[in-house]
Amino acid sequence: MIELYVLLGLMIAGSLIAIEVKNLLSAVIAVGVVGLGLSIVFLLLKAPDVALTQIVVEIVAVILLIRATLNRDIAMKYCGRRPFGAIMGILFTGFVFVIALITFKDGLNLFGAPLMTVSQFYPQNAIEGTGAMNVVSAIILDYRAYDTLGEATVLFTAVVGVLTVMRSPGKKKEEDLQDSK
Amino acid sequence: MSKEHDHGMTIIVKTVTRLTVGLIFLYGIYIILHGHLTPGGGFAGGVIVALSFINLDLAFGGKVSAKIFSRGSTSVIEAFGGIMFLALALLGLRWGGFFDNFLHPDGEPGMLISAGIIPLENIAISLKVGAGLFAIFLTLITLQKFESEKK
Amino acid sequence: MDAYLPYILCLVLFCIGIYAVISKRNIIKIIIGVIIAEYAVNLFLILVAYRAGGRSPIFSSTQEILPEAMVDPLPHALVLTSIVIGLATTAFLIALAVRLYGKYGTFDISRMRELRG
Repeated sequence: MIELYVLLGLMIAGSLIAIEVKNLLSAVIAVGVVGLGLSIVFLLLKAPDVALTQIVVEIVAVILLIRATLNRDIAMKYCGRRPFGAIMGILFTGFVFVIALITFKDGLNLFGAPLMTVSQFYPQNAIEGTGAMNVVSAIILDYRAYDTLGEATVLFTAVVGVLTVMRSPGKKKEEDLQDSK
Repeated sequence: MSKEHDHGMTIIVKTVTRLTVGLIFLYGIYIILHGHLTPGGGFAGGVIVALSFINLDLAFGGKVSAKIFSRGSTSVIEAFGGIMFLALALLGLRWGGFFDNFLHPDGEPGMLISAGIIPLENIAISLKVGAGLFAIFLTLITLQKFESEKK
Repeated sequence: MDAYLPYILCLVLFCIGIYAVISKRNIIKIIIGVIIAEYAVNLFLILVAYRAGGRSPIFSSTQEILPEAMVDPLPHALVLTSIVIGLATTAFLIALAVRLYGKYGTFDISRMRELRG
């Protein structure tokens, strides 16, 4: 599994570049590198459904980020880090890291040996129960379709939120506000 | 910016887009319809179909894609996908329970017509995801045009 | 320690995202931090599901595939929905950032605080 470690190292390097480089366009492209590397990691971990979804979602996310940052005062203005925020960030991140390491030692299964106590039901019964050859598709649309319904609700709420936030501001409303003041 | 957006990109991009956008759309349809047999499904296929329309919008400018797919029709299609998904769930109450696979033994496993309501649910999810993402994209683009016109 | 190394690398990725969210002043950098942390969480769930030498959770009509040889399909299904939700929330964050830019003319959050006064 040496290729997995190489790709994870590439993703860590890409994310460090993404958060430290000054040009925002370069940062967005570095995020694209991280996402596409993540897609190949999913493929190595035998999750082709997730890899396909990740690669197309990554392209849409990069397009949206570039459209949002392009033609604005991106590269020139220096937005540095907050010194207090940097110290607090390092402290908090180190705290999270140590706590997570202790938790990994205690309660996590070893890499390559999943706990299948519940989910071995799905591959064994998928063809008889649903007729679908793709077990992931059988889970998201038959056994756990409630989750998909909730996902559809969240997606709808996000779309409504974007439409509400981006609605062009009415002039009349501002005049009303000034009158009331 | 506004004029540029209306006219789209250069002729090279336009020609390549004209040749490939149909294939991208067809690939999305394939991913949706074969979601119960091969990797993919409603989520990935819906995003691919939305990407083909985003490609049209970026290459040809807002007017061409608005002729095919306006902001009002994205709302209608997204609502249709949600209602279709919920209707399939509620129809299962007649045979056993919420989200009951009432069409199940309808074909040999491995064929295109099989797996009961799972392909229909894939189509509903893809309509919802694709139309929702394209609506988000159109909204972000339209506000940029509005701002640049103001300046 | 070797059996935990992918988890630890994934944790490093998560910590980089959290650090960007806490310490950066540019809104686009904060959104990038959120995206990286979200990728790390998705990757962690898929790493937990991996079985050494396992196969993809897809049956074939021409080839015999034992259910015992498959990787865990349940986290795959949950991560599949999580990725699309992550894209929708990212779009919402971008909309908020564009709106704030239209109001204050900058992406720097510390200057927004000064302007509010």
